Amino acid sequence: MNTLTRRLAAFPLVLLGVSSLVFMAIRLVPGDAITAMLGTEAGLLTPAQKQALAAYFGLDRPWIVQYGRWLWALLHGDLGISVTYGKPVLGVILARFPLTLELAVLSLLIALAIGVPAGVYAATRAEKGADLAVRVGAMIGQSTPSFVFGLLLIYLLSAGFGVLPAMGTFAPLWLDPLANLGQMILPALTLGAAFAASLTRIARSAMLDVLSEDYVRTARARGVPARQVIWRHALPNALIPVVTLSGIEFGYLLGGAVIVEQIYALPGLGRMVLDAILQRDYALVQGTVLFIAFNFMVVNLLVDLAYFWLDPRIRGRG
Amino acid sequence: MALLRAIFRHPSGRIGAGIVLAYLALAALGALGLTPHDPLAQHRLDRLHPPSASYWLGTDLFGRDIASRLMQGIGQSFRVAFLSVAVAAGIGAVLGLAAAWFGRIWDGALMRAMDILLAFPAILLAMLIVAVMGPGTRTSVLAIAFVYMPIFTRVVRGPALSLKTRDFVDAARSFGSSTVYILTRHLLLNIVAPLTVQVTLALAWALLTEAGLSFLGLGTQPPAPSLGVMLSDSRNLMETAPWLMIAPGLTIMGGILGFNLLGDALRDILDPKTRGRA
Repeated sequence: MNTLTRRLAAFPLVLLGVSSLVFMAIRLVPGDAITAMLGTEAGLLTPAQKQALAAYFGLDRPWIVQYGRWLWALLHGDLGISVTYGKPVLGVILARFPLTLELAVLSLLIALAIGVPAGVYAATRAEKGADLAVRVGAMIGQSTPSFVFGLLLIYLLSAGFGVLPAMGTFAPLWLDPLANLGQMILPALTLGAAFAASLTRIARSAMLDVLSEDYVRTARARGVPARQVIWRHALPNALIPVVTLSGIEFGYLLGGAVIVEQIYALPGLGRMVLDAILQRDYALVQGTVLFIAFNFMVVNLLVDLAYFWLDPRIRGRG
Repeated sequence: MALLRAIFRHPSGRIGAGIVLAYLALAALGALGLTPHDPLAQHRLDRLHPPSASYWLGTDLFGRDIASRLMQGIGQSFRVAFLSVAVAAGIGAVLGLAAAWFGRIWDGALMRAMDILLAFPAILLAMLIVAVMGPGTRTSVLAIAFVYMPIFTRVVRGPALSLKTRDFVDAARSFGSSTVYILTRHLLLNIVAPLTVQVTLALAWALLTEAGLSFLGLGTQPPAPSLGVMLSDSRNLMETAPWLMIAPGLTIMGGILGFNLLGDALRDILDPKTRGRA
Protein backbone atom coordinates (compact mmCIF):
# COMPACT_ATOMS: atom_id res chain seq x y z
CA MET A 1 0.00 0.00 0.00
CA ASN A 2 1.42 3.40 -0.84
CA THR A 3 1.12 6.50 1.32
CA LEU A 4 -1.88 7.87 -0.51
CA THR A 5 -3.98 4.72 -0.27
CA ARG A 6 -3.09 4.49 3.39
CA ARG A 7 -4.19 8.07 3.95
CA LEU A 8 -7.47 7.42 2.14
CA ALA A 9 -8.12 4.26 4.17
CA ALA A 10 -7.43 6.06 7.46
CA PHE A 11 -9.70 8.97 6.54
CA PRO A 12 -13.07 7.47 7.66
CA LEU A 13 -11.44 6.05 10.82
CA VAL A 14 -10.02 9.41 11.87
CA LEU A 15 -13.38 11.02 11.09
CA LEU A 16 -15.13 8.45 13.29
CA GLY A 17 -12.62 9.19 16.07
CA VAL A 18 -13.20 12.93 15.69
CA SER A 19 -16.97 12.45 15.88
CA SER A 20 -16.81 10.32 19.04
CA LEU A 21 -14.42 12.77 20.70
CA VAL A 22 -16.71 15.71 19.97
CA PHE A 23 -19.76 13.72 21.02
CA MET A 24 -18.23 12.81 24.36
CA ALA A 25 -16.69 16.23 25.02
CA ILE A 26 -19.89 18.16 24.55
CA ARG A 27 -21.73 15.80 26.93
CA LEU A 28 -19.17 16.44 29.66
CA VAL A 29 -20.21 20.10 29.74
CA PRO A 30 -21.80 20.72 33.14
CA GLY A 31 -25.50 21.65 33.17
CA ASP A 32 -28.29 20.23 31.04
CA ALA A 33 -29.06 21.31 27.50
CA ILE A 34 -32.69 22.21 28.06
CA THR A 35 -31.91 24.70 30.83
CA ALA A 36 -29.08 26.18 28.80
CA MET A 37 -31.33 26.47 25.75
CA LEU A 38 -34.16 28.31 27.49
CA GLY A 39 -32.04 30.39 29.86
CA THR A 40 -34.05 32.03 32.66
CA GLU A 41 -37.32 30.83 31.09
CA ALA A 42 -36.37 27.27 32.00
CA GLY A 43 -37.57 28.03 35.53
CA LEU A 44 -41.10 28.49 34.21
CA LEU A 45 -41.30 24.93 32.86
CA THR A 46 -42.73 22.04 34.86
CA PRO A 47 -40.48 18.97 35.14
CA ALA A 48 -42.92 17.15 32.82
CA GLN A 49 -42.52 19.83 30.15
CA LYS A 50 -38.72 19.68 30.44
CA GLN A 51 -38.94 15.91 30.10
CA ALA A 52 -41.09 16.27 27.00
CA LEU A 53 -38.57 18.68 25.43
CA ALA A 54 -35.67 16.36 26.27
CA ALA A 55 -37.58 13.48 24.69
CA TYR A 56 -38.29 15.57 21.59
CA PHE A 57 -34.58 16.25 21.06
CA GLY A 58 -33.72 12.66 22.04
CA LEU A 59 -31.69 13.88 25.04
CA ASP A 60 -33.39 11.49 27.49
CA ARG A 61 -31.80 8.37 26.01
CA PRO A 62 -28.48 6.84 27.18
CA TRP A 63 -25.34 8.32 25.55
CA ILE A 64 -24.61 5.25 23.53
CA VAL A 65 -28.10 5.25 22.02
CA GLN A 66 -27.81 8.98 21.29
CA TYR A 67 -24.45 8.41 19.62
CA GLY A 68 -25.75 5.47 17.56
CA ARG A 69 -28.75 7.48 16.40
CA TRP A 70 -26.58 10.48 15.60
CA LEU A 71 -24.12 8.38 13.55
CA TRP A 72 -26.96 6.65 11.71
CA ALA A 73 -28.60 9.96 10.86
CA LEU A 74 -25.19 11.37 9.90
CA LEU A 75 -24.77 8.60 7.32
CA HIS A 76 -28.04 9.82 5.83
CA GLY A 77 -26.82 13.41 5.68
CA ASP A 78 -28.84 14.48 8.73
CA LEU A 79 -26.91 16.39 11.41
CA GLY A 80 -29.91 16.89 13.70
CA ILE A 81 -31.84 19.98 14.80
CA SER A 82 -30.19 23.00 16.40
CA VAL A 83 -32.03 23.89 19.59
CA THR A 84 -31.06 27.57 19.44
CA TYR A 85 -32.07 28.11 15.82
CA GLY A 86 -34.87 25.52 15.69
CA LYS A 87 -33.61 24.50 12.24
CA PRO A 88 -31.65 21.57 10.77
CA VAL A 89 -27.96 21.90 11.69
CA LEU A 90 -26.72 21.38 8.14
CA GLY A 91 -28.86 24.30 6.96
CA VAL A 92 -27.54 26.57 9.74
CA ILE A 93 -23.95 25.65 8.88
CA LEU A 94 -24.40 26.10 5.14
CA ALA A 95 -25.98 29.52 5.70
CA ARG A 96 -22.79 30.69 7.48
CA PHE A 97 -20.27 28.86 5.36
CA PRO A 98 -20.19 31.16 2.28
CA LEU A 99 -18.85 34.04 4.40
CA THR A 100 -16.17 31.85 5.98
CA LEU A 101 -15.20 30.45 2.57
CA GLU A 102 -15.03 33.92 1.04
CA LEU A 103 -12.91 35.21 3.92
CA ALA A 104 -10.57 32.21 3.62
CA VAL A 105 -10.16 32.61 -0.15
CA LEU A 106 -9.55 36.38 0.09
CA SER A 107 -6.99 35.93 2.90
CA LEU A 108 -5.21 33.20 0.95
CA LEU A 109 -5.05 35.40 -2.17
CA ILE A 110 -3.68 38.36 -0.20
CA ALA A 111 -1.13 36.13 1.53
CA LEU A 112 0.06 34.53 -1.73
CA ALA A 113 0.23 37.90 -3.50
CA ILE A 114 2.51 39.29 -0.77
CA GLY A 115 4.30 36.22 0.55
CA VAL A 116 5.58 34.47 -2.59
CA PRO A 117 7.08 37.54 -4.35
CA ALA A 118 8.55 38.79 -1.07
CA GLY A 119 10.11 35.41 -0.32
CA VAL A 120 11.53 35.01 -3.83
CA TYR A 121 12.85 38.58 -3.82
CA ALA A 122 14.57 38.06 -0.46
CA ALA A 123 16.10 34.74 -1.59
CA THR A 124 17.63 36.28 -4.71
CA ARG A 125 19.24 38.99 -2.58
CA ALA A 126 20.27 36.69 0.26
CA GLU A 127 22.19 38.35 3.10
CA LYS A 128 21.83 41.84 1.58
CA GLY A 129 19.91 44.78 3.00
CA ALA A 130 16.69 43.99 1.14
CA ASP A 131 16.76 40.39 2.39
CA LEU A 132 17.24 41.56 5.96
CA ALA A 133 14.34 44.03 5.68
CA VAL A 134 12.02 41.31 4.34
CA ARG A 135 13.09 38.90 7.07
CA VAL A 136 12.57 41.44 9.87
CA GLY A 137 9.16 42.35 8.43
CA ALA A 138 8.15 38.69 8.16
CA MET A 139 9.32 37.95 11.69
CA ILE A 140 7.30 40.84 13.11
CA GLY A 141 4.30 39.88 10.99
CA GLN A 142 4.49 36.30 12.19
CA SER A 143 4.65 37.43 15.81
CA THR A 144 1.66 39.76 15.62
CA PRO A 145 -1.58 38.05 16.69
CA SER A 146 -4.52 38.69 14.35
CA PHE A 147 -6.45 40.42 17.11
CA VAL A 148 -3.61 42.86 17.81
CA PHE A 149 -3.11 43.62 14.11
CA GLY A 150 -6.88 43.90 13.54
CA LEU A 151 -7.37 46.38 16.37
CA LEU A 152 -4.30 48.43 15.34
CA LEU A 153 -5.65 48.53 11.77
CA ILE A 154 -9.08 49.76 12.91
CA TYR A 155 -7.44 52.35 15.17
CA LEU A 156 -5.03 53.67 12.53
CA LEU A 157 -7.81 53.96 9.96
CA SER A 158 -10.17 55.76 12.31
CA ALA A 159 -7.54 58.03 13.91
CA GLY A 160 -5.58 58.72 10.72
CA PHE A 161 -8.30 58.88 8.07
CA GLY A 162 -11.53 59.07 10.03
CA VAL A 163 -12.62 55.84 8.34
CA LEU A 164 -14.45 53.20 10.35
CA PRO A 165 -14.77 49.67 9.08
CA ALA A 166 -18.26 48.97 7.76
CA MET A 167 -19.81 46.83 10.45
CA GLY A 168 -23.41 46.14 11.33
CA THR A 169 -25.74 44.42 8.91
CA PHE A 170 -23.76 42.03 6.80
CA ALA A 171 -24.14 42.28 3.01
CA PRO A 172 -23.82 38.89 1.30
CA LEU A 173 -21.57 38.75 -1.76
CA TRP A 174 -24.36 37.81 -4.18
CA LEU A 175 -26.71 40.60 -3.06
CA ASP A 176 -24.37 43.57 -2.81
CA PRO A 177 -20.84 42.72 -3.98
CA LEU A 178 -19.38 46.19 -3.38
CA ALA A 179 -20.69 46.59 0.16
CA ASN A 180 -19.61 43.02 0.82
CA LEU A 181 -16.03 43.66 -0.30
CA GLY A 182 -15.99 46.83 1.80
CA GLN A 183 -16.84 44.73 4.84
CA MET A 184 -14.49 41.87 3.98
CA ILE A 185 -11.34 43.72 3.00
CA LEU A 186 -10.12 44.57 6.51
CA PRO A 187 -10.80 41.12 8.01
CA ALA A 188 -9.15 39.50 4.97
CA LEU A 189 -6.15 41.83 5.28
CA THR A 190 -5.89 41.06 9.00
CA LEU A 191 -5.85 37.30 8.42
CA GLY A 192 -3.82 37.55 5.22
CA ALA A 193 -1.00 39.60 6.76
CA ALA A 194 0.03 37.05 9.38
CA PHE A 195 -0.32 34.29 6.85
CA ALA A 196 1.77 36.26 4.31
CA ALA A 197 4.55 36.53 6.88
CA SER A 198 4.87 32.78 7.35
CA LEU A 199 4.57 32.21 3.57
CA THR A 200 7.39 34.70 2.97
CA ARG A 201 9.67 32.79 5.33
CA ILE A 202 8.85 29.41 3.80
CA ALA A 203 9.12 30.71 0.22
CA ARG A 204 12.48 32.35 0.96
CA SER A 205 14.04 29.28 2.54
CA ALA A 206 12.68 26.93 -0.17
CA MET A 207 14.02 29.25 -2.88
CA LEU A 208 17.44 29.36 -1.23
CA ASP A 209 17.54 25.55 -1.25
CA VAL A 210 16.60 25.34 -4.92
CA LEU A 211 18.91 28.15 -6.03
CA SER A 212 21.90 26.21 -4.72
CA GLU A 213 21.02 23.13 -6.83
CA ASP A 214 23.23 22.06 -9.71
CA TYR A 215 20.56 22.42 -12.41
CA VAL A 216 20.06 26.07 -11.53
CA ARG A 217 23.81 26.66 -11.82
CA THR A 218 23.77 24.81 -15.14
CA ALA A 219 20.91 26.96 -16.44
CA ARG A 220 22.81 30.10 -15.40
CA ALA A 221 25.99 28.84 -17.03
CA ARG A 222 24.08 28.21 -20.26
CA GLY A 223 23.21 31.90 -20.21
CA VAL A 224 19.52 31.64 -19.39
CA PRO A 225 18.36 35.10 -18.26
CA ALA A 226 18.25 35.50 -14.46
CA ARG A 227 14.54 36.28 -14.44
CA GLN A 228 13.75 33.08 -16.37
CA VAL A 229 16.00 30.99 -14.12
CA ILE A 230 14.13 32.23 -11.06
CA TRP A 231 10.55 32.04 -12.28
CA ARG A 232 10.72 29.09 -14.70
CA HIS A 233 13.43 26.82 -13.31
CA ALA A 234 13.65 27.49 -9.61
CA LEU A 235 10.21 28.62 -8.41
CA PRO A 236 8.15 25.58 -9.48
CA ASN A 237 10.47 23.37 -7.46
CA ALA A 238 10.33 25.65 -4.45
CA LEU A 239 6.54 25.54 -4.41
CA ILE A 240 6.04 22.32 -2.44
CA PRO A 241 6.51 23.80 1.05
CA VAL A 242 4.49 26.85 -0.06
CA VAL A 243 1.63 24.59 -1.14
CA THR A 244 1.80 22.62 2.12
CA LEU A 245 1.66 25.72 4.27
CA SER A 246 -1.09 27.32 2.16
CA GLY A 247 -3.12 24.13 2.45
CA ILE A 248 -2.75 23.87 6.20
CA GLU A 249 -3.59 27.55 6.70
CA PHE A 250 -6.51 27.38 4.31
CA GLY A 251 -7.84 24.38 6.23
CA TYR A 252 -7.61 26.39 9.45
CA LEU A 253 -9.35 29.37 7.86
CA LEU A 254 -12.23 27.19 6.65
CA GLY A 255 -12.88 26.44 10.32
CA GLY A 256 -13.79 30.05 10.77
CA ALA A 257 -11.57 32.74 12.21
CA VAL A 258 -13.24 33.05 15.61
CA ILE A 259 -11.32 36.08 16.85
CA VAL A 260 -11.27 38.08 13.63
CA GLU A 261 -14.97 37.42 13.07
CA GLN A 262 -15.52 38.66 16.61
CA ILE A 263 -13.53 41.88 16.08
CA TYR A 264 -15.22 42.78 12.79
CA ALA A 265 -18.67 41.47 13.83
CA LEU A 266 -18.90 39.04 10.91
CA PRO A 267 -21.52 36.27 11.09
CA GLY A 268 -19.17 33.42 10.12
CA LEU A 269 -18.70 29.84 11.18
CA GLY A 270 -16.19 30.66 13.95
CA ARG A 271 -18.46 32.97 15.89
CA MET A 272 -21.31 30.51 15.48
CA VAL A 273 -19.26 27.70 17.07
CA LEU A 274 -18.30 29.95 19.96
CA ASP A 275 -21.96 30.84 20.59
CA ALA A 276 -23.08 27.24 20.16
CA ILE A 277 -20.50 26.06 22.71
CA LEU A 278 -21.54 28.73 25.20
CA GLN A 279 -25.23 27.86 24.72
CA ARG A 280 -24.68 24.08 24.84
CA ASP A 281 -26.39 23.57 21.52
CA TYR A 282 -25.16 19.95 21.34
CA ALA A 283 -26.34 19.16 17.84
CA LEU A 284 -24.96 22.39 16.40
CA VAL A 285 -21.54 22.04 18.08
CA GLN A 286 -21.25 18.40 17.04
CA GLY A 287 -22.30 19.12 13.49
CA THR A 288 -20.14 22.21 13.05
CA VAL A 289 -17.00 20.77 14.61
CA LEU A 290 -17.36 17.67 12.47
CA PHE A 291 -17.92 19.84 9.41
CA ILE A 292 -14.81 21.89 10.20
CA ALA A 293 -12.65 18.84 10.95
CA PHE A 294 -13.90 17.21 7.73
CA ASN A 295 -12.96 20.26 5.67
CA PHE A 296 -9.59 20.43 7.38
CA MET A 297 -8.88 16.77 6.62
CA VAL A 298 -10.05 17.07 2.99
CA VAL A 299 -7.79 20.08 2.43
CA ASN A 300 -4.83 18.19 3.92
CA LEU A 301 -5.57 15.25 1.64
CA LEU A 302 -5.70 17.59 -1.37
CA VAL A 303 -2.33 18.99 -0.30
CA ASP A 304 -0.91 15.47 -0.41
CA LEU A 305 -2.38 15.01 -3.88
CA ALA A 306 -0.79 18.28 -4.94
CA TYR A 307 2.64 16.86 -4.00
CA PHE A 308 2.17 14.08 -6.50
CA TRP A 309 1.35 16.60 -9.15
CA LEU A 310 4.17 19.00 -8.26
CA ASP A 311 6.91 16.48 -7.59
CA PRO A 312 6.95 13.41 -9.83
CA ARG A 313 9.73 11.95 -7.66
CA ILE A 314 7.29 11.32 -4.78
CA ARG A 315 5.06 9.16 -7.01
CA GLY A 316 7.63 6.40 -7.20
CA ARG A 317 8.09 6.18 -3.45
CA GLY A 318 5.76 4.03 -1.40
CA MET B 1 27.17 27.35 28.77
CA ALA B 2 28.42 26.82 25.25
CA LEU B 3 24.80 27.02 24.12
CA LEU B 4 24.27 30.32 25.97
CA ARG B 5 27.38 31.78 24.33
CA ALA B 6 26.15 30.60 20.94
CA ILE B 7 22.74 32.20 21.52
CA PHE B 8 24.33 35.54 22.38
CA ARG B 9 26.60 35.35 19.32
CA HIS B 10 23.58 34.78 17.05
CA PRO B 11 21.99 38.13 16.04
CA SER B 12 18.34 37.12 16.41
CA GLY B 13 19.22 34.95 19.41
CA ARG B 14 20.66 38.00 21.17
CA ILE B 15 17.54 40.10 20.55
CA GLY B 16 15.17 37.23 21.38
CA ALA B 17 16.95 36.29 24.60
CA GLY B 18 17.09 39.99 25.56
CA ILE B 19 13.34 40.39 25.10
CA VAL B 20 12.53 37.18 27.00
CA LEU B 21 14.84 38.13 29.89
CA ALA B 22 13.34 41.63 30.07
CA TYR B 23 9.82 40.17 30.19
CA LEU B 24 10.88 37.69 32.88
CA ALA B 25 12.34 40.55 34.93
CA LEU B 26 9.12 42.59 34.59
CA ALA B 27 7.04 39.55 35.53
CA ALA B 28 9.27 38.89 38.56
CA LEU B 29 8.92 42.49 39.75
CA GLY B 30 5.17 42.23 39.21
CA ALA B 31 5.01 39.00 41.22
CA LEU B 32 6.97 40.60 44.08
CA GLY B 33 4.52 43.49 44.13
CA LEU B 34 7.21 45.93 42.99
CA THR B 35 4.91 47.71 40.53
CA PRO B 36 4.58 51.52 40.21
CA HIS B 37 1.03 51.27 41.63
CA ASP B 38 -1.23 48.54 43.03
CA PRO B 39 -2.54 46.83 39.86
CA LEU B 40 -6.02 46.42 41.36
CA ALA B 41 -6.29 49.85 43.06
CA GLN B 42 -8.87 52.14 41.43
CA HIS B 43 -7.78 55.79 41.32
CA ARG B 44 -11.25 57.22 40.75
CA LEU B 45 -10.09 60.78 40.11
CA ASP B 46 -7.61 59.66 37.45
CA ARG B 47 -9.84 57.54 35.23
CA LEU B 48 -8.71 57.19 31.58
CA HIS B 49 -5.62 59.26 32.39
CA PRO B 50 -3.27 59.45 29.37
CA PRO B 51 0.35 58.28 29.84
CA SER B 52 2.19 60.68 32.15
CA ALA B 53 4.97 60.83 34.75
CA SER B 54 2.78 59.34 37.48
CA TYR B 55 1.02 56.77 35.25
CA TRP B 56 3.66 55.74 32.68
CA LEU B 57 1.22 54.01 30.37
CA GLY B 58 -1.97 55.73 31.50
CA THR B 59 -4.96 54.38 33.42
CA ASP B 60 -8.05 52.41 32.41
CA LEU B 61 -11.77 53.06 32.81
CA PHE B 62 -11.58 52.28 36.54
CA GLY B 63 -8.47 54.39 37.09
CA ARG B 64 -6.18 51.37 37.42
CA ASP B 65 -2.53 51.81 36.41
CA ILE B 66 -1.90 50.15 33.02
CA ALA B 67 1.87 49.68 33.48
CA SER B 68 1.36 47.80 36.78
CA ARG B 69 -1.38 45.67 35.26
CA LEU B 70 0.83 44.88 32.28
CA MET B 71 3.63 43.68 34.58
CA GLN B 72 1.29 41.26 36.34
CA GLY B 73 -0.41 40.36 33.06
CA ILE B 74 2.97 39.30 31.62
CA GLY B 75 3.49 37.10 34.68
CA GLN B 76 0.08 35.52 34.18
CA SER B 77 0.68 34.87 30.46
CA PHE B 78 4.15 33.44 31.09
CA ARG B 79 2.89 31.15 33.87
CA VAL B 80 0.21 29.72 31.59
CA ALA B 81 2.62 29.42 28.66
CA PHE B 82 5.45 27.74 30.60
CA LEU B 83 3.13 25.37 32.47
CA SER B 84 1.17 24.33 29.39
CA VAL B 85 4.29 23.78 27.29
CA ALA B 86 5.91 21.80 30.13
CA VAL B 87 2.85 19.54 30.37
CA ALA B 88 2.60 19.19 26.58
CA ALA B 89 6.31 18.43 26.16
CA GLY B 90 6.36 16.04 29.12
CA ILE B 91 3.36 13.95 28.07
CA GLY B 92 4.23 14.27 24.37
CA ALA B 93 7.79 13.00 24.99
CA VAL B 94 6.57 10.00 27.01
CA LEU B 95 3.97 9.09 24.38
CA GLY B 96 6.42 9.60 21.52
CA LEU B 97 9.05 7.40 23.18
CA ALA B 98 6.43 4.74 24.00
CA ALA B 99 5.10 4.72 20.43
CA ALA B 100 8.60 4.36 18.98
CA TRP B 101 9.85 1.80 21.50
CA PHE B 102 6.88 -0.55 21.73
CA GLY B 103 6.03 -0.22 18.05
CA ARG B 104 3.36 -2.28 16.30
CA ILE B 105 -0.13 -1.87 17.68
CA TRP B 106 0.97 0.66 20.35
CA ASP B 107 2.55 2.86 17.75
CA GLY B 108 -0.45 2.53 15.45
CA ALA B 109 -3.02 3.26 18.15
CA LEU B 110 -1.11 6.19 19.68
CA MET B 111 -0.36 7.85 16.39
CA ARG B 112 -3.94 7.46 15.11
CA ALA B 113 -5.15 9.04 18.37
CA MET B 114 -2.77 11.95 17.68
CA ASP B 115 -4.10 12.19 14.11
CA ILE B 116 -7.59 12.62 15.55
CA LEU B 117 -6.42 15.48 17.78
CA LEU B 118 -4.54 17.09 14.89
CA ALA B 119 -7.70 16.97 12.73
CA PHE B 120 -9.08 19.85 14.82
CA PRO B 121 -7.99 23.41 14.18
CA ALA B 122 -6.10 24.30 17.38
CA ILE B 123 -8.23 27.17 18.68
CA LEU B 124 -11.39 25.11 18.12
CA LEU B 125 -10.07 22.21 20.20
CA ALA B 126 -8.99 24.64 22.92
CA MET B 127 -12.46 26.24 22.90
CA LEU B 128 -14.11 22.83 23.18
CA ILE B 129 -11.97 21.98 26.22
CA VAL B 130 -12.76 25.33 27.83
CA ALA B 131 -16.46 24.66 27.22
CA VAL B 132 -16.19 21.32 29.03
CA MET B 133 -14.10 22.52 31.97
CA GLY B 134 -15.29 26.08 32.38
CA PRO B 135 -13.11 29.15 31.72
CA GLY B 136 -10.13 29.93 33.95
CA THR B 137 -6.38 29.74 34.24
CA ARG B 138 -6.14 26.02 34.95
CA THR B 139 -8.35 25.22 31.98
CA SER B 140 -6.22 27.41 29.71
CA VAL B 141 -3.12 25.50 30.76
CA LEU B 142 -4.74 22.12 30.10
CA ALA B 143 -6.36 23.23 26.83
CA ILE B 144 -3.12 24.61 25.41
CA ALA B 145 -1.16 21.57 26.63
CA PHE B 146 -3.67 19.17 25.08
CA VAL B 147 -3.61 20.95 21.73
CA TYR B 148 0.19 21.02 21.52
CA MET B 149 0.85 17.50 22.89
CA PRO B 150 0.41 15.65 19.54
CA ILE B 151 3.09 17.82 17.95
CA PHE B 152 5.61 16.93 20.67
CA THR B 153 4.66 13.28 20.30
CA ARG B 154 5.54 13.46 16.61
CA VAL B 155 8.72 15.44 17.19
CA VAL B 156 9.99 12.78 19.63
CA ARG B 157 8.70 9.67 17.84
CA GLY B 158 10.45 10.28 14.52
CA PRO B 159 14.06 10.49 15.78
CA ALA B 160 13.35 7.87 18.46
CA LEU B 161 12.38 5.38 15.75
CA SER B 162 15.69 5.78 13.95
CA LEU B 163 17.78 5.90 17.15
CA LYS B 164 16.14 2.67 18.34
CA THR B 165 17.81 0.65 15.57
CA ARG B 166 21.30 2.05 16.21
CA ASP B 167 24.11 -0.15 17.48
CA PHE B 168 24.63 1.70 20.76
CA VAL B 169 21.06 0.89 21.78
CA ASP B 170 21.62 -2.82 21.01
CA ALA B 171 24.85 -2.64 22.99
CA ALA B 172 23.09 -1.05 25.98
CA ARG B 173 20.45 -3.75 25.82
CA SER B 174 23.01 -6.53 25.75
CA PHE B 175 24.71 -4.99 28.83
CA GLY B 176 21.38 -5.45 30.58
CA SER B 177 20.42 -1.77 30.82
CA SER B 178 16.79 -1.32 31.85
CA THR B 179 14.26 -0.06 29.33
CA VAL B 180 13.70 3.16 31.26
CA TYR B 181 17.46 3.81 31.32
CA ILE B 182 17.80 3.25 27.57
CA LEU B 183 14.75 5.41 26.83
CA THR B 184 15.95 8.34 28.93
CA ARG B 185 19.72 8.07 28.53
CA HIS B 186 20.12 6.90 24.96
CA LEU B 187 16.98 8.03 23.19
CA LEU B 188 15.69 11.15 24.96
CA LEU B 189 19.13 12.71 25.45
CA ASN B 190 19.74 12.46 21.72
CA ILE B 191 16.44 14.17 20.92
CA VAL B 192 17.03 17.13 23.23
CA ALA B 193 18.09 19.42 20.37
CA PRO B 194 14.91 19.24 18.23
CA LEU B 195 12.85 19.19 21.44
CA THR B 196 14.42 22.44 22.70
CA VAL B 197 13.69 24.21 19.42
CA GLN B 198 10.10 22.96 19.49
CA VAL B 199 9.66 24.02 23.13
CA THR B 200 10.77 27.58 22.39
CA LEU B 201 8.49 27.91 19.37
CA ALA B 202 5.65 26.31 21.36
CA LEU B 203 6.08 29.00 24.03
CA ALA B 204 5.45 31.67 21.41
CA TRP B 205 2.38 29.81 20.27
CA ALA B 206 1.16 29.26 23.85
CA LEU B 207 1.43 33.00 24.59
CA LEU B 208 -0.64 33.68 21.48
CA THR B 209 -3.32 31.13 22.40
CA GLU B 210 -3.51 32.28 26.02
CA ALA B 211 -4.02 35.87 24.90
CA GLY B 212 -6.58 34.72 22.31
CA LEU B 213 -8.60 32.67 24.80
CA SER B 214 -8.57 35.53 27.31
CA PHE B 215 -9.55 37.95 24.54
CA LEU B 216 -12.63 35.80 23.86
CA GLY B 217 -13.42 35.74 27.59
CA LEU B 218 -12.50 32.05 27.89
CA GLY B 219 -9.14 32.38 29.66
CA THR B 220 -8.02 34.39 32.68
CA GLN B 221 -11.04 35.91 34.42
CA PRO B 222 -11.26 39.53 35.63
CA PRO B 223 -10.30 41.34 37.79
CA ALA B 224 -6.95 39.47 37.52
CA PRO B 225 -4.71 41.41 35.12
CA SER B 226 -4.48 39.63 31.77
CA LEU B 227 -3.10 40.95 28.49
CA GLY B 228 -5.91 39.39 26.42
CA VAL B 229 -8.68 40.75 28.66
CA MET B 230 -7.09 44.22 28.72
CA LEU B 231 -6.97 44.22 24.92
CA SER B 232 -10.55 43.05 24.62
CA ASP B 233 -11.78 45.69 27.09
CA SER B 234 -9.98 48.43 25.15
CA ARG B 235 -12.13 47.99 22.06
CA ASN B 236 -14.99 50.30 23.03
CA LEU B 237 -12.66 53.06 24.19
CA MET B 238 -10.24 52.87 21.28
CA GLU B 239 -10.86 56.40 20.05
CA THR B 240 -10.84 58.22 23.40
CA ALA B 241 -8.07 56.15 25.05
CA PRO B 242 -5.91 54.41 22.41
CA TRP B 243 -3.19 53.64 25.01
CA LEU B 244 -5.56 51.03 26.46
CA MET B 245 -5.23 49.04 23.24
CA ILE B 246 -1.68 49.87 22.13
CA ALA B 247 0.08 48.98 25.40
CA PRO B 248 -1.22 45.40 25.85
CA GLY B 249 -1.22 44.80 22.07
CA LEU B 250 2.47 45.63 21.70
CA THR B 251 3.28 43.75 24.92
CA ILE B 252 1.70 40.53 23.60
CA MET B 253 3.42 40.98 20.26
CA GLY B 254 6.81 41.60 21.87
CA GLY B 255 6.62 38.43 23.97
CA ILE B 256 5.73 36.26 20.98
CA LEU B 257 8.47 37.93 18.93
CA GLY B 258 11.02 37.20 21.66
CA PHE B 259 10.31 33.47 21.71
CA ASN B 260 10.09 33.26 17.91
CA LEU B 261 13.51 34.92 17.53
CA LEU B 262 15.00 32.68 20.23
CA GLY B 263 13.48 29.58 18.60
CA ASP B 264 14.91 30.53 15.20
CA ALA B 265 18.34 31.11 16.72
CA LEU B 266 18.23 27.76 18.53
CA ARG B 267 17.26 26.00 15.32
CA ASP B 268 20.21 27.58 13.53
CA ILE B 269 22.56 26.64 16.34
CA LEU B 270 21.32 23.12 17.04
CA ASP B 271 20.51 22.07 13.49
CA PRO B 272 23.37 23.16 11.22
CA LYS B 273 21.46 22.09 8.09
CA THR B 274 19.10 25.05 8.31
CA ARG B 275 21.74 27.64 9.22
CA GLY B 276 20.84 31.06 7.85
CA ARG B 277 17.78 29.75 6.08
CA ALA B 278 14.74 30.55 8.17
